Amino acid sequence: MIKRCDVLVVGGGLAGLRAALEAQANGLNVVIASKLYPVRSHSGAAQGGINAALATHPAGQNDNPGLHAFDTVKGSDYLADQDAVEIMTAAAPDVIYQLDHWGCPFSRLANGRVAQRPFGGAGFPRTCYGADKTGHYILQTLYEQVIKNHIETLNEWLVISLIVENKTCSGVIAFNLQSGQLEIIEAGAVIVATGGSGRIYGKSSNAFTSTGLGMAIAYRAGVPLKDMEFIQFHPTTIIGKNILMTEGCRGEGGYLVNKNNERFMKKYAPDKMELAPRDIVSRSIQTEINEGLGFTDPAFGGYVYLDIRHLGADKITERLPGVVEICTDFLGINPIKEPIPVQPGQHYTMGGIDTDKDGVTEVQGLYAAGECACVSVHGANRLGGNSLLETLVFGQRAGAHAAQYVAGRAKQKFNESLPDYFLKQQESRLQQLTMGAGPDKIGAGTENPYQIRNELNKTMDALVGIFRTESDLKYALSGIEALKQRFRKIKAPGIFSSFNYHLLWVLELEGNLDVAEAIVKGALARRESRGSHSRRDFPKRDDVHWLKHTLATYTKEGAVLSDRPVTITKFQPQERKY
Amino acid sequence: MLNFHVFRFDPSKDKESRFDRFEVPSLGSGMTVLDGLYYILENLDQTLAFRSSCRAGACGSCAMHISAGGGALGGNGQYRLACNTLIETLIPGAINNNVTGQIMIRPLAHLPVLKDLVVDLTNFFRHYETIKPYLITTASLPDKEFIQSTKQRKKIDKMIDCILCGACYGSCPVAAGRPDYLGPHALLKAARFLFDSRDTADEERIKLVGHNAGAFRCHTIFNCQQVCPKDIDPAGAIARLKMKIILDKLRRFFGRS
Repeated sequence: MIKRCDVLVVGGGLAGLRAALEAQANGLNVVIASKLYPVRSHSGAAQGGINAALATHPAGQNDNPGLHAFDTVKGSDYLADQDAVEIMTAAAPDVIYQLDHWGCPFSRLANGRVAQRPFGGAGFPRTCYGADKTGHYILQTLYEQVIKNHIETLNEWLVISLIVENKTCSGVIAFNLQSGQLEIIEAGAVIVATGGSGRIYGKSSNAFTSTGLGMAIAYRAGVPLKDMEFIQFHPTTIIGKNILMTEGCRGEGGYLVNKNNERFMKKYAPDKMELAPRDIVSRSIQTEINEGLGFTDPAFGGYVYLDIRHLGADKITERLPGVVEICTDFLGINPIKEPIPVQPGQHYTMGGIDTDKDGVTEVQGLYAAGECACVSVHGANRLGGNSLLETLVFGQRAGAHAAQYVAGRAKQKFNESLPDYFLKQQESRLQQLTMGAGPDKIGAGTENPYQIRNELNKTMDALVGIFRTESDLKYALSGIEALKQRFRKIKAPGIFSSFNYHLLWVLELEGNLDVAEAIVKGALARRESRGSHSRRDFPKRDDVHWLKHTLATYTKEGAVLSDRPVTITKFQPQERKY
Repeated sequence: MLNFHVFRFDPSKDKESRFDRFEVPSLGSGMTVLDGLYYILENLDQTLAFRSSCRAGACGSCAMHISAGGGALGGNGQYRLACNTLIETLIPGAINNNVTGQIMIRPLAHLPVLKDLVVDLTNFFRHYETIKPYLITTASLPDKEFIQSTKQRKKIDKMIDCILCGACYGSCPVAAGRPDYLGPHALLKAARFLFDSRDTADEERIKLVGHNAGAFRCHTIFNCQQVCPKDIDPAGAIARLKMKIILDKLRRFFGRS
């Protein structure tokens, strides 16, 4: 049975739920399709907080959205589009108030207002938080509103392809995990809000499910991926599992120390110390490790210590309870008494589906918002606390614009056989895939997809990490090419069975490979160092040639690159010092 | 070496459920039960079905019944998250000292099995939805945020940490016999709003949980409190609900508002 709706939101994290709420508030019929249950989305793992110039903190009285915009632009190494940044920072205070009115349990100051903490690269304590579970609280709050407003959610539906003809999107093909069937969802507009692609890397703080398939389907449907070479490595993930230790640890006053018990950040960012932006802190940690000043674990590699002991048991238990839980559960240590072994890990995809400030893409009726999108407000390096904000501001804007687009459009006549055509196309594609490109036998392939994924992870970790060189990147690119060839001979069991997670992982891997190629090609082309993209062979920022966005367009032969100027309004590029 | 005994059931094919045994090598320190399940999916049986996402104890996907022992099966069984259950904690010596471990894994109880470790959460979420799990206020909204003192905010501490994993529901003997029982997760959520200073719907909420399949159906067995992977105390929250309902009744009886 074909499902129909006005606006289909793909993804149930913060951007998706916020977009759905907005589209529905505009009177439209909205459906959310999530490959998980919305409350399982990775937004819920965000810890430290969400930025807004509320000026509630005693040390933040002079804060305002303009200063928030400046910090964001400077943090982005001047690659962010400044008009979009200004929209985001101006909207921020009302976002917080609305979340509060919806019941979000932010931590409070003694005067009853929302509490704020210092975060990296910010001029004032500007990060609103709920202990160190801010993402969880906001995700629950939005899901509560989705229930209140009776928005239909299709849980455990994996969208695998978009229905696009004449540069217009009219729905999706989805894999219903429970029934094991492919299904058509027709929609006046589709909003992709599927999160990041962190799991292209092995050492990543991201959920296993943050694979970037949403980016891949938009990319294949003709929308460019923008600025993909900018991958954020979070300075502090625990060794081994690479689970996030929030920036809030340092915001509350935590130290980073090397094996000589030295606060090494004084060498790299004497003013901001541990609260420099993430690209700088990650590079500093990696430099310490490379120079033999860190510690080494035989299995998990180099690390340094994140030391929060001096904050005291009371403050740690009140403000960082999640940190204590994670350290206890996964490392068997108590951070109140012991320092935490941390290393940088992939954390965030600054790039993504190319959109404007309303989530609009090159394909009519197709929108994107949140981490899968690139507006761009983060440029070459995102500031901590700006990603949750981005999901809400641009989720809302995408929802509003999509609603307007659907409502204002004359009933468009679709070729009625179109959805069926796309369904058949996907069916035969999956059949090909599960045959391992062999003649006619299901499961005739020989390649184990997980081995391919593991090799991709290792390639990206080793060659496309914090520090990059042309030779490494070329080697990575040829490695990815080889993995793509092997993928054609993949071994996968049949299609139409219930909870066929193996097929799900195969499809995710296919997306990983496409997105990885776009990342590496962008990194190879960009012969400068900017924000998170550090080329050892081109160590300086080059505004003359590279103050521009990278666009990767999908072709059968691979990604083709072009570029676009950066929008500059108030803030002329200057050297970044912290 | 670890022997994983995993519950298997595919309603489209199987007449009965069974346990399959998989030999999983030690994957080094930090290995979790979820790592073991992925090892099986990736190397031994590509039809195994289980849910997971964040692998960090935050998303609530992978709650299941896990029991383990160095020898005989069945010791220390409990509803847990597979992702934050370290093998070494379950079976000391299994990772580094070559102790052979037996790990038995079953799906969450009291919910229909869809496949292997994947259960049907429809009823679980339906109960959650019936208690109106969202802030209700008749107050006019302030221009900025509601003023909430730290003391008021503290009243909902911990209750707000629920990740809806279902471990409490699976462990609850009342839920076993009464599918209409709202369950610890839904009642906890009701308490979370009832004790939130910004919420004004006390009367409505009391009605929503004060019935035969609500708060008073809880027999204070405390399994929920014992198994909660986030150290929340649903039983305690339900006790606070009961007290609130009783006080409300007394107030009404004596005609005081």
